[in-house]
Amino acid sequence: MTTRKNISALYDNIYHRKRKNKLFLIFVISMSLLTVIPIVFIISKIVINGIGQINFNFFVQTSPDSLQAMTAIANNDTIPGGIANGITGTFLIVLVSSVMAIPTGIMIGIYMYENQKQRYSDFLRNVTEILQGVPSIVLGIISYLWIVKHVTNGFSAFAGSVALAIMMLPMIIRSTEETMKMIPNEIREAAFALGAPYHKVILMVLIPSGFSGLSTGILLSLSRILGETAPLMMTALGSTAINYNVSKPTSAVPLLIWEFYNDPNMVRLVWSSSLFLMIFVLVLNLISSRLSSKNKIRRKK
Amino acid sequence: MTESLNIDNPVLRVKDLSIAYDADKFAVRDINADIERKAITAIMGPSGCGKSTLLRAFNRMHELYPNIKTNGTIYLNGNDIRQMSTIELRRKVGMVFQRPNPFPTMNIYDNVIAGYKLNGISLKRNERDEIVEKALIDVTLWDEVKDSLFKKGTFLSGGQQQRLCIARAIAFNPDVLLLDEPTSALDPVSTAKIEDMLVELKRNYTILLVTHNMSQAARISDNSMFMYLGELVEYGQTDTMFTNPKDSRTEGYLTGKFG
Repeated sequence: MTTRKNISALYDNIYHRKRKNKLFLIFVISMSLLTVIPIVFIISKIVINGIGQINFNFFVQTSPDSLQAMTAIANNDTIPGGIANGITGTFLIVLVSSVMAIPTGIMIGIYMYENQKQRYSDFLRNVTEILQGVPSIVLGIISYLWIVKHVTNGFSAFAGSVALAIMMLPMIIRSTEETMKMIPNEIREAAFALGAPYHKVILMVLIPSGFSGLSTGILLSLSRILGETAPLMMTALGSTAINYNVSKPTSAVPLLIWEFYNDPNMVRLVWSSSLFLMIFVLVLNLISSRLSSKNKIRRKK
Repeated sequence: MTESLNIDNPVLRVKDLSIAYDADKFAVRDINADIERKAITAIMGPSGCGKSTLLRAFNRMHELYPNIKTNGTIYLNGNDIRQMSTIELRRKVGMVFQRPNPFPTMNIYDNVIAGYKLNGISLKRNERDEIVEKALIDVTLWDEVKDSLFKKGTFLSGGQQQRLCIARAIAFNPDVLLLDEPTSALDPVSTAKIEDMLVELKRNYTILLVTHNMSQAARISDNSMFMYLGELVEYGQTDTMFTNPKDSRTEGYLTGKFG
């Protein structure tokens, strides 16, 4: 008698469990939908509002002035001009900051991996963490004080590059150190056992072996600085013309977005510039996730 | 004092070698031994007895890790190895590791001449081809890979990779080849191939083989060392040692009482 009772209680129990499980599943799925919905709204808003302005001229012409935009809107035309000054400026600034940050970051990362137990690398690790927490606008101010006031004597692309390079550094250092940890120690030992000097081991074995990890870190740091506006406002300032001179004020896509936003006649351009920036960053992220999943260092089992 | 072999003109001579990982923790203690030229010397012993530690002293690999302290002297052809540059020493003393470790970013061809590349020694095209072909023939890998020399080395099987690593070590034409349990990660067929190959290689190179596989030592080695707790317990000709061990600890290990 008792056993039969127990069994029916057990069945009841299982029934309740299944119901609870279902409820919880519904809860989790609806929560995940809640996070997806805003993303869908953001993307669709940017695409719907931005796509109308995107044409060939958008990429090759410089930004229009307020009057041109006003006339175009009055005549129900697309606003003339584009963001060529911003695109070239972004490329210029990012290129210069990459040249400064990538080699430095990789070297510091390798140093920290190779001397893990030294106090100095612990110190470096802490400094890197602090640097990662510094707000970008503060880096902008620092670069203003160092570069704008004393080196280029005026707003310049170079000052913007310095601010962004400092932002890139901690990410590159981190990813380099993590990548070096992934390389099996046997590979290093094999290189040393062949009598190779230290720098050759780093240049010909460690960096090629960690290539996918290193480039993933670099691409991610690039996609992070591409959208930075605040430090550029204090350093690169912006320009209405295409500029390739690093010591002159230069525009950048996020700076243009800010300028368009402030001009009631050009608000439409905000969406198309944002669309451009978003797709650009998305492509970089896709490339980096491709690299990290495809070319992982094979660990022998 | 351990029983030692008397060897004329030894390629390596170890004198009072002690190695400590931490201040007083000796991994290897007071080793004295002469290594016979162009022969296979097996280093046997249970796990943790210091056999790999001893082996890695011969090409000064311990210097990569600053916490390891080495005392005593090793002579290569009569010269103190500490007086040589590591580049010179490691050209003469090649090393093969437990797990196959070809350079993952290099193809088979580049892996074989990696030693030259990493030391910045430039060779003419035909010299390179010759070195690669000879090394791969010596490790009996040539027929298997001659059509895919420019593919990545990591696509080979484990046994092939290990032979590639041996080819990489002998491409420098070293005097001594250090092998740290080279077959422990391999299947029996690959193991047999490598063992046959080692017996062939013996004609040109001195081979030091760390193994915890007693039958492997018995099959291919000429001389054997037995190490226990960092000490060299017994060192003698393999035949004599396996049939008539002098030390009771050696006998216990060989008959499977511990290990």
